[in-house]
Amino acid sequence: MTVAIDRATGKRRGDAPRPGLGQRLKHGYQKHWYAYVMIAPVVVVLGVLVLYPLGYGMYLTLTDANSLNTGRTIGVNEIEATYKFIGLDNYADILWGETAYDRFWSHFIWTIVWTAACVALHYTIGLGLALLLNQKLRGRTFYRLILVLPWAVPTFVTVFGWRFMLSDGGIINSALESLHLPTPLWLEDTFWQRFAAIMVNTWCGVPFMMVSLLGGLQSIDSTLYEAAEMDGANAWQRFRHVTLPGLRSVSSTVVLLGIIWTFNQFAVIFLLFGTTAPDAQILVTWAYYLGFGQQPRDFAQSAAYGILLLAILIVFTSFYRRWLNRNEQQLAI
Amino acid sequence: MSTTTVETSADVTERPTAGPAGGPGRGKRGVVASLASHGVLIVASLIALFPIAWLVFLSLGPDKDDYLHPGRIWSKMTLDNYSFVLQNTNFFDWLKSSLIVSLGTTVIGVMIAATTGYAVSRMRFPAYRKFMWVLLVTQMFPVAVLMVPMYQILSDLQLIDTYLGLILVYCSTAVPYCAWLLKGYFDTIPFEIDEAGRVDGLSPFGTFARLILPLAKPGLAVAAFYSFITAFGEVAFATTFLLDDEKYTLAVGLQSFVSEHDAQRNLMAATAVLIAIPVSAFFYLVQKNLVTGLTAGGTKG
Repeated sequence: MTVAIDRATGKRRGDAPRPGLGQRLKHGYQKHWYAYVMIAPVVVVLGVLVLYPLGYGMYLTLTDANSLNTGRTIGVNEIEATYKFIGLDNYADILWGETAYDRFWSHFIWTIVWTAACVALHYTIGLGLALLLNQKLRGRTFYRLILVLPWAVPTFVTVFGWRFMLSDGGIINSALESLHLPTPLWLEDTFWQRFAAIMVNTWCGVPFMMVSLLGGLQSIDSTLYEAAEMDGANAWQRFRHVTLPGLRSVSSTVVLLGIIWTFNQFAVIFLLFGTTAPDAQILVTWAYYLGFGQQPRDFAQSAAYGILLLAILIVFTSFYRRWLNRNEQQLAI
Repeated sequence: MSTTTVETSADVTERPTAGPAGGPGRGKRGVVASLASHGVLIVASLIALFPIAWLVFLSLGPDKDDYLHPGRIWSKMTLDNYSFVLQNTNFFDWLKSSLIVSLGTTVIGVMIAATTGYAVSRMRFPAYRKFMWVLLVTQMFPVAVLMVPMYQILSDLQLIDTYLGLILVYCSTAVPYCAWLLKGYFDTIPFEIDEAGRVDGLSPFGTFARLILPLAKPGLAVAAFYSFITAFGEVAFATTFLLDDEKYTLAVGLQSFVSEHDAQRNLMAATAVLIAIPVSAFFYLVQKNLVTGLTAGGTKG
């Protein structure tokens, strides 16, 4: 596939012996200038608004910046920045400092549990629904339209809906009570907070998986199923040996995206609990709380959490890619 | 795989699909199996629908504590909450900001993402793989690490509290994913079309604008939808970067509304419903193309 693409511009690569560096640069420029023009806007926007802030953020993690010592303007008075360089102290403090368990590791473990549980639920439920929708069934389109609704309505709206339902005396507890079941304090008790967060996020995230996997299912060649049936494969065997391999490339992409998005899922937890539930905060919302939700705002620690999060994700993604490539899967990147 | 052409995937919704349908051995179990499928799908639909329907229902109750006694709402349903929200709050200002920001992000984002996607789909320039990798990595940036520096850059550029600033910030999150998705979609368009265009004397840009873009409409629709939803529902950046309460987007406005009318949950519910309407409308406009576009994006990464 990657070879054929080059035909689009009629270019081939890699045949001739490599000329010198200057010539190669010049040649590369002539050959690819339109490609560079086309990606230039992205490079500029990402460079200014992502890479530069990232570099600056990394610098902040090496200082003790907070809202009291950064430069700011109050009315006509300019206050000089007075924060200073402290090296890797922030990281050391986060990872090994006193009460590091309460501040970092407990959130870290909860974030891992949260990501694993949410993505597993998203994927399983999404796949199940996609399989059901992929049959010849009356009212298929109708079901699909309703099932994507949680995706269609913005998260901040639906989360408020869930807050109504979960609040003490809301519909869920009323229903549980009428069934004589225990009525947990969804928004106050740590365990149930976490349970509620996973539940709401699952509800929000399933449609994306469902739609993507449904697309993947529909791109599987139907003759493969016929052949399998001809060979006497039962439903489970067809699923195991035709459907799953056919879905592998879609799955590997959506699972990776799902993990990244869930790991960084800000809106659900932030809107469900605000800053009232320190134990239910995943690392992202916790970092936001440190940087913007308390006084004085601790910019340096917040940024350090951000960098740690990024590092975790990058390491994970690299392993994920390597693992996929070992199984001869292409993630096309 | 790469020959999953535009035509086959375009009529995907009508096609009686492959797999379990049909087949001689399956006729007997058909009734039970399809009843079970319907049962599961109905339950799932109810779960998907219920929180939203509940929100709509609660928004009709006139008293602030009605959510605790939903039974009483039936007898005194009213649209008073809606008229109050529309007349006595900044709702329309918020809606205007939200629409400016989301549509701005959609237009700019899709344009940039389309050229980028085309470039990475068709042209093998040096550093192309690294570039794709960077696009993926930008998906991973947590808000916390970028917020402070972004705030400073935007204030240096005098873009704090402006729509343009927010649009640019949202583009930086929406564009990488859209470019990725569109790259996959462009890959499904046969390269012969490009070649034909080149032979007929079009420049690379001409080929792109006149031949490829019209063919890629389903993919563009998905990218547009994604950008719109991202921008419309984003909370963290909007909370931090917008200062003037007339410029709040709906996501921020709803929050300020909550603290302002803390006990008046009926008004909050009404606002939430009003917000959901334009987005859902937009969603159902593009949903036809959703499966097609996402598949192409998904399968090819």
